[in-house]
Amino acid sequence: MQLFYLLKNEWMLSFMMVVLLILKVADNGRSHSSWIRIFNGLMLVLCVAGWLMPTVEGEAFGGMFFSYKAGAFAKNLLCTGTLFIGLIGEDWLKKTRHVVEFYLLIISTLMGMCFMISAGHMLMFYLSLELASIPLAAMCNFGFEERRSGEAAMKLILSSAFSSGLMLMGISFLYGATGTLSFAQLTLMSSYEPLFIIGFVLLFTGIVFKLSVVPFHLWTADVYEGSPAPVTAFLSVISKGAMVMVFAYILYHVFGALNDVWYTLLYVLSIATMVIGNLFAIRQQNLKRFLAFSSITQIGYILVGISGSSAEGFTAAMYFIVVYLFSNIVAFGVITHIASKTGNETIDSYKGLAKTNPFLAWSMAIALFSLAGVPPTAGFFGKIFLLKAGVGTGNFVLIIVAALNMIVALYYYLRVIRAMFMDSNENAIQPLESGLSLRIALFVCLAGIILTGFAGSIYEYILNLNVGL
Amino acid sequence: MNAIPLTHVLMVSTALFFIGVYGFFTRRNLITMLMSIELILNSVNINFVAFNKYLYPEQMEGLFFSLFTIAIAAAEAAVAIAIIINLYRTHSSIDVEDADELKL
Repeated sequence: MQLFYLLKNEWMLSFMMVVLLILKVADNGRSHSSWIRIFNGLMLVLCVAGWLMPTVEGEAFGGMFFSYKAGAFAKNLLCTGTLFIGLIGEDWLKKTRHVVEFYLLIISTLMGMCFMISAGHMLMFYLSLELASIPLAAMCNFGFEERRSGEAAMKLILSSAFSSGLMLMGISFLYGATGTLSFAQLTLMSSYEPLFIIGFVLLFTGIVFKLSVVPFHLWTADVYEGSPAPVTAFLSVISKGAMVMVFAYILYHVFGALNDVWYTLLYVLSIATMVIGNLFAIRQQNLKRFLAFSSITQIGYILVGISGSSAEGFTAAMYFIVVYLFSNIVAFGVITHIASKTGNETIDSYKGLAKTNPFLAWSMAIALFSLAGVPPTAGFFGKIFLLKAGVGTGNFVLIIVAALNMIVALYYYLRVIRAMFMDSNENAIQPLESGLSLRIALFVCLAGIILTGFAGSIYEYILNLNVGL
Repeated sequence: MNAIPLTHVLMVSTALFFIGVYGFFTRRNLITMLMSIELILNSVNINFVAFNKYLYPEQMEGLFFSLFTIAIAAAEAAVAIAIIINLYRTHSSIDVEDADELKL
């Protein structure tokens, strides 16, 4: 019975996969909208059950799998995010040919992420990381006839295979230095032996590659632009969120003893990430590409928080992931809707959107304000907590650079808002009919953007999850 | 039995690793790039097996890890080749230089 609660998200996801497969075999001729209803219904049940079921802490399979409160929270959050992505992607899903296959891929990626968060052994970590990244590449290829979709998938699979090669090299060095691969043993045996440090740095590089931190960010913008919009949303929200969780967990709890090594790495990488992400975001015209660079910059801020190396840093990073999830889902919801109805993705084509589609324009504006960190929205609080956690180390240079970057970021977020509200355009996008599920997803996430900031209990709740970890 | 010292084996695996990295960065054919990645993964396998045999012969963690790596590498290659085939259909070429629509 304990195993039942320990693996709650994982077994529910695999059960859902089997149900979808059986339904597919039983009735192949089902219509797209019926599949969409089935998936959304199952996903909703899964999320509600996940939040309601009690969280059990403990380990399974001889320490391979390890469940902790913060991890369980993150898993539920990712499942909820996937539900919203299913809702906002409806317009696009109705047009794609292989809707069930798409759902199966999305569920297997999600399952990989859940296992990755709970991994207690390098083997488990590697397997789940691959389970999380290989189906993603297949999802990127879902615009079969589009040239750029294939290109994006090719870039993603090659860069992720290369980065996991580097990471495996690192793991093999760690094994050579200590003779063990379980996280609990590695914590005890970490040392400043050169072999161990090289192994750690290679492992760090592999993870940072997936997080698209700056020297390893080159794949991000291309993959984001080329993939279908819901896949881009999934990549930037769910995949990034899971990676941040795992990254923070591994740094804090497995390599906590090497604090000064990874502090230096984070210091250099976070400055590079914020500055370069911002500079490139300024000159983008395509909105998906623009959000790619914006997400690179946000990862830079998260690294500032993580570098604080305290329970506060971990909490701030998790809290920011919650805020970032809501804001990015709204932004991508609007982009997905407009892209699948009209095919427009550039900032110029959004000129005058506020006159023709006020609801979409306002949603987008609130999401962008939250990403920029303008006060009434939750993004502001998320950034405050990250900076506060970063100050903990007493390194003010890092904080000043981060604060300056937030000001620069305001410029390019406002550029999009100006295009929507102030610029006039004769052939603005026609008024669009938005479906019920899109509206539900947008309303819930907008409420999330506003309420997460003001409900202080959410931050405290996350902080309490981390106590004793 | 241990006539060959561990360092020799590690040299082979390191050389293999860098041949893979070099190939990945210089080759322009997608299949060859995929083969370079396989070289990297194989050098990791050699590492694992060598460490296990020479340093920690009492347990088998390294051997098992290399078995899993082989399986995952096959899965990765399957998906990558499927993507390359689809790329060939749209671009009529498997040269990375021809897939250049997405630019800064």
